[in-house]
Amino acid sequence: MQRLRAIIVKEIWALLRDPKARTVLVVPPLIQLFIFTFATTLDVRNVDIAVLDRSAGTHSAELVQRIAGSPNFRHIRYLRSSDELHRAIDRQEVIAALVIEEGFDRALDRGQPTQVGLVLDGRRSNAAQIVAGYLSLITAQMGAEAAPQVQGGVEVTNWLNPSLDYIWFTLPALIVIIVSIAGLAITSQTVSREREMGTFDQLLVSPLRVHEILIGKIVPPFLVGAFNGTLYLVVAQLVFGIPFTGSLLLFFPALFAYLLALIGLGLFVSALSMTQQQSFLGSFVATTPLIMLSGYASPIENMPGWLQTVTYLDPARYFLVIVQGQFLKGMPAIDVLHQTWPLVLIAFATLSASAWLFRSRME
Amino acid sequence: MSEAADPARFDWRRLRAMMRKELAQILRDPSTFLIALAMPLLLLFLFGYAVSLDTAGTRLALGMGDDSNAGPAPAASHRASPHRDVEISRNREGARRQMIGDKVRGMIVIPQDFGRTVKAGRMPTVQMVTDGSQPNTAIFVANYAQGIFQSWAANEGLPGAAAKTPQVELSARFWYNPGLKSRYFLVPGSIAIVMTMIGTLLTALVVAREWERGTMEAIMATPVTMAEFIASKILPYYLLALASMSLCTVIAVTAFGLPFRGSLLALYLLASAFLMPALGLGLFISSATKNQFVASQMALIVSFLPTFLLSGFLYEISSMPVPIQALSYAVPARYLIPSLQTLFLTGDIWAHFLPNIAIMLGFGFLFFFLSFRVTRRSLD
Repeated sequence: MQRLRAIIVKEIWALLRDPKARTVLVVPPLIQLFIFTFATTLDVRNVDIAVLDRSAGTHSAELVQRIAGSPNFRHIRYLRSSDELHRAIDRQEVIAALVIEEGFDRALDRGQPTQVGLVLDGRRSNAAQIVAGYLSLITAQMGAEAAPQVQGGVEVTNWLNPSLDYIWFTLPALIVIIVSIAGLAITSQTVSREREMGTFDQLLVSPLRVHEILIGKIVPPFLVGAFNGTLYLVVAQLVFGIPFTGSLLLFFPALFAYLLALIGLGLFVSALSMTQQQSFLGSFVATTPLIMLSGYASPIENMPGWLQTVTYLDPARYFLVIVQGQFLKGMPAIDVLHQTWPLVLIAFATLSASAWLFRSRME
Repeated sequence: MSEAADPARFDWRRLRAMMRKELAQILRDPSTFLIALAMPLLLLFLFGYAVSLDTAGTRLALGMGDDSNAGPAPAASHRASPHRDVEISRNREGARRQMIGDKVRGMIVIPQDFGRTVKAGRMPTVQMVTDGSQPNTAIFVANYAQGIFQSWAANEGLPGAAAKTPQVELSARFWYNPGLKSRYFLVPGSIAIVMTMIGTLLTALVVAREWERGTMEAIMATPVTMAEFIASKILPYYLLALASMSLCTVIAVTAFGLPFRGSLLALYLLASAFLMPALGLGLFISSATKNQFVASQMALIVSFLPTFLLSGFLYEISSMPVPIQALSYAVPARYLIPSLQTLFLTGDIWAHFLPNIAIMLGFGFLFFFLSFRVTRRSLD
């Protein structure tokens, strides 16, 4: 027990001794949380579009006015020819160009339905689709006001996040991602740094047992991860005002299980590498699929079936559901447990795999 | 002895020797291959398959408040549409539980009087409840339900349906990517990420290691000049990054079926221009931190993550708050990624490329200048 305490204290010192490293543990993740919360919006706002108005009548002017009045668009560029349109799209000066043909005003005056052309930049097909959605809403409204109002249709209500505030989705997800990046990076360095510096051999000749060395390596990143996780939890509520509807008694066990799963993975990478460079790059290669397959970058149900099966191995997948559930959904214990037991299983698997590798590499 | 080089002058022989040392180091370390070969493949694979913004697989629940025959009709249309799972539950509470348990993303509620309304020849109202915790999916799902409902109502010949056909219809055409494949813009972006990894991450680590192990002092003690030293560090990684980029391009075109409408000249010019700031930043980080752990974390934060998030690759810059938009101007990848997307999908638009190349080179000079200064100062 005394030996264990000594090695834990030593490992914590090793992590916190260097003032630069100390700063790196807490400050950059916090900056990431702030910047990325605002940066990672899938909304499309303030875009520039162009208009080629060949009709030049009152209706076409009204349509352009309506578009200009929408908060989604910033500048409207008036084009004179299709050459100009080509250039504006090709150089990505605008994301879309509306083409109002000559007969537009005449058709509307006669009460006939008519068309408006829209050219979009497929190089940004995602944003372009959203812009097309905004514009079709505007044109539809323009036509609808002439027609009589009818009852019925689809009434849309959004539960859990009534105004579809994007930040309510991003921030909880970023907690998962930043904990993962930092957790893996810290753990993967621990063994390889000692190897590179030659102090690992000193550890081996000390009276410490293997499991004691391992526990010593696990505790500091666990503490840092738990500290950061708690910090983000508080910041999300106090600074960003995201409601936390779940229970801390469910959140923390899940966080701990997730951290252990991550640390197991990090230690595995670390035990595999001979140098810090290898371990850093290794952890990097591990982090990328961990995040991309978690369901944050795009929903898991959109992936091909075989890849969906692969995501069951990704601990971030379960923790993401738990964190989002705990923030917005008030997820009940039974659902949280349903997501937590795979985490415990994965933690057990990665930790024992790294212990095994650790042992076999020592001989 | 004309062979004896003037220690103050740039000497090609010394550079060659230094580069040989660097190359040996690269080739010896398997992690270099991991990052230059395995990582690009992994990234392309993930962007090709894992990131899909197409909501074909979204599961919905259907809450039925009505037993009449007209009720199931829209539900049936739902099920007829490809891929989408619809689970029918008799009560709202059950559907709500499924949504909280992350099993469904939305719920359609058919009201009690649905059948009666339809029989009376009036337009019924159905409710669409979405899971707002995933705002994007919620919007897609709501639009989807509206579309299905409209076509169902038109089929049934309900009075409202005809009037709902818009007076002004928008016919949209997507240039350069008519199939709206997200892969088409994600894969060129991931090439920029691969070059960032090799240019900045790897370089930062390698040079920081020299500082950490003290081999830097050993090099300083030799007649190698600062310029030779930097060139010897830069050139091998420059070539490695170009090789990796070429590999990615070949895979993008052959395996992922991306068009390549531009020229190779433009591709290599753009890549070379981008590698200047990437390598310069890597050198600067390593010289400023002199510690592999700190250097790796810094490289991650100031280079890799911004390339991912602030370059317009995944998220629209114009939608971000103004201070963050301002920050994005300092991310070199912001100038590369649109050019690469253009190169692949549109062709050579030099009016678009040249300003971007100039800006990237400008950043490159700035970072090299900074790392020169930091390294020189730390020698004294």
